Amino acid sequence: MKNLIIAEHDNNQLHADTLKVVNAASQVSQDNVLLVVGYQCAEVAQQACRVDGISNVICIDDEQLQHQFAESIAPIVVSVTEGFDAIWASSSSKGKDLAPRIAAKFGVGQISDIVQVVDENTFIRPIYAGNAFAKVTTSDNVRVVTVRASAFDPVSCHNQADIEHQQVTISSPMVELVSVDKTVSERPELSAADVVVSGGRGVGSKENFALIEQVADKLGAAIGASRAAVDAGFVANDLQVGQTGKIVAPKLYIAVGISGAIQHLAGMKESKVIVAINKDPESPIFEVADYGLVGDLFEVLPQLAEQL
Amino acid sequence: MKILVPIKRVIDPYIKVRVKADHSDVETNNVKMTINPFCEIAVEEAVRLKEQGIADEVIVVSAGGSQCQEQLRTALALGADRAIHVDTEDKIEPLVVAKLLKALVEQEQAQLVITGKQSIDTDNNQVAQMLAALLDWPQATFASDVKIEDQKVQVVREVDGGLLTVAMNLPAVISTDLRLNEPRFASLPNIMKAKRKPLDTITPESLGVEVVFSQTIQEVTPPAQRKGGIKVESVSELLDKLRNEAKVIS
Repeated sequence: MKNLIIAEHDNNQLHADTLKVVNAASQVSQDNVLLVVGYQCAEVAQQACRVDGISNVICIDDEQLQHQFAESIAPIVVSVTEGFDAIWASSSSKGKDLAPRIAAKFGVGQISDIVQVVDENTFIRPIYAGNAFAKVTTSDNVRVVTVRASAFDPVSCHNQADIEHQQVTISSPMVELVSVDKTVSERPELSAADVVVSGGRGVGSKENFALIEQVADKLGAAIGASRAAVDAGFVANDLQVGQTGKIVAPKLYIAVGISGAIQHLAGMKESKVIVAINKDPESPIFEVADYGLVGDLFEVLPQLAEQL
Repeated sequence: MKILVPIKRVIDPYIKVRVKADHSDVETNNVKMTINPFCEIAVEEAVRLKEQGIADEVIVVSAGGSQCQEQLRTALALGADRAIHVDTEDKIEPLVVAKLLKALVEQEQAQLVITGKQSIDTDNNQVAQMLAALLDWPQATFASDVKIEDQKVQVVREVDGGLLTVAMNLPAVISTDLRLNEPRFASLPNIMKAKRKPLDTITPESLGVEVVFSQTIQEVTPPAQRKGGIKVESVSELLDKLRNEAKVIS
């Protein structure tokens, strides 16, 4: 088995999810090549060389690839992967956008968002938003797999693999970038944070989210929200944790004023330790919480911020 | 311009799914079925584009057993003009769906395909991208805003860490995210009208597509139940537990 792992990066920094995808791929084979595609991404290639479990790095650096659009990358992956048996990507928004385009070019299926590797052809993946898990076996000769990064530990970075720079023909881009509207935050990224503090409808307003922020800042935590809080306009869309938002699995998840709809639980129930703070003792969130505190969040949060 | 919108029949997302005792699948007998919510958003967006005079015709298509005609009728009641039912077994794989859609796009000369980003049953999130690859068209996945002017589509995409606005020329494939729009409710007169709209049934063979399977589901299991923990009485007790018992904060 020969694995090609698609590195996720922003042309400057290798994304931590890639280390987790390498872990998943390594469970199938030790023959792993990491592919870095982008523009002026030499630093990323250097970081990629240090990733444990990688035999070498292929780097394709071209101005046309600056925005890493799937339309440009998919044909490149197909052209460099002769002889590979499996192609791996993170099931981030980039990976989700790209991987099926690669699979279709190969004429094979894709196994999406795996949380466990059983053997080289068999994987476990959530269906129905994590309300069930399917064990799926593929008979395709090229396996295309996306990995739910939060389900795997990262590999460490003590390696010194070689970089091979490749020149490929790049078709002219089909898509043009108009603008990027990045959520600017001093806090860690939601899907990668060790601690997440999330607020729900119970928080009541956009202004009241300041209480959540205070506690999050003391803990160095990312901020999350339930769908109800997002729909009510308290916070931006991309902070939503749940079935239709981000799936997180931090060491500590603190749910504040969140009732615990199935929709939300699907996005956070793999967290190591769950704390629920809610004034309604009957809230379903308490059924999954390791530690529950029944109380008014407007009293509890300031106390928490003070005692941390 | 013709818009093609594929839709899928799924278990109602507000119903708690149960895994069958023999672990072969989830229970679908006597369970309420509906149009996949992301597909419904796709239908709504296509109908709005028609109402704005940008599209001439909205064609909905579903592949599966005869029951999926119910969902096609729902889409017709929401404002689609006609429906195509590709009569095949249920649970065909995304690549086969993409091949069927490619054949239909070519047959109908559609300029735009709007799909849901994923179905809420298998959660694959593949069909739009696979179809775009097979057609060699540009794709804009996870759309939260769509504007079309002079053969050019501008789409705001919901991606990790924010929003990305991209522009591409038609023909193209778009997949919808949750916040693209809020689908209307079908009115009773429109439900009645939908019964008289055309619904053709065709076979995969007539489209030159072979229905093959490359994946086997060995087993479907319920998630591990998380057991509820304890209730603490105060903030100081909570912090004590987190520091000394769970050891997740310092």
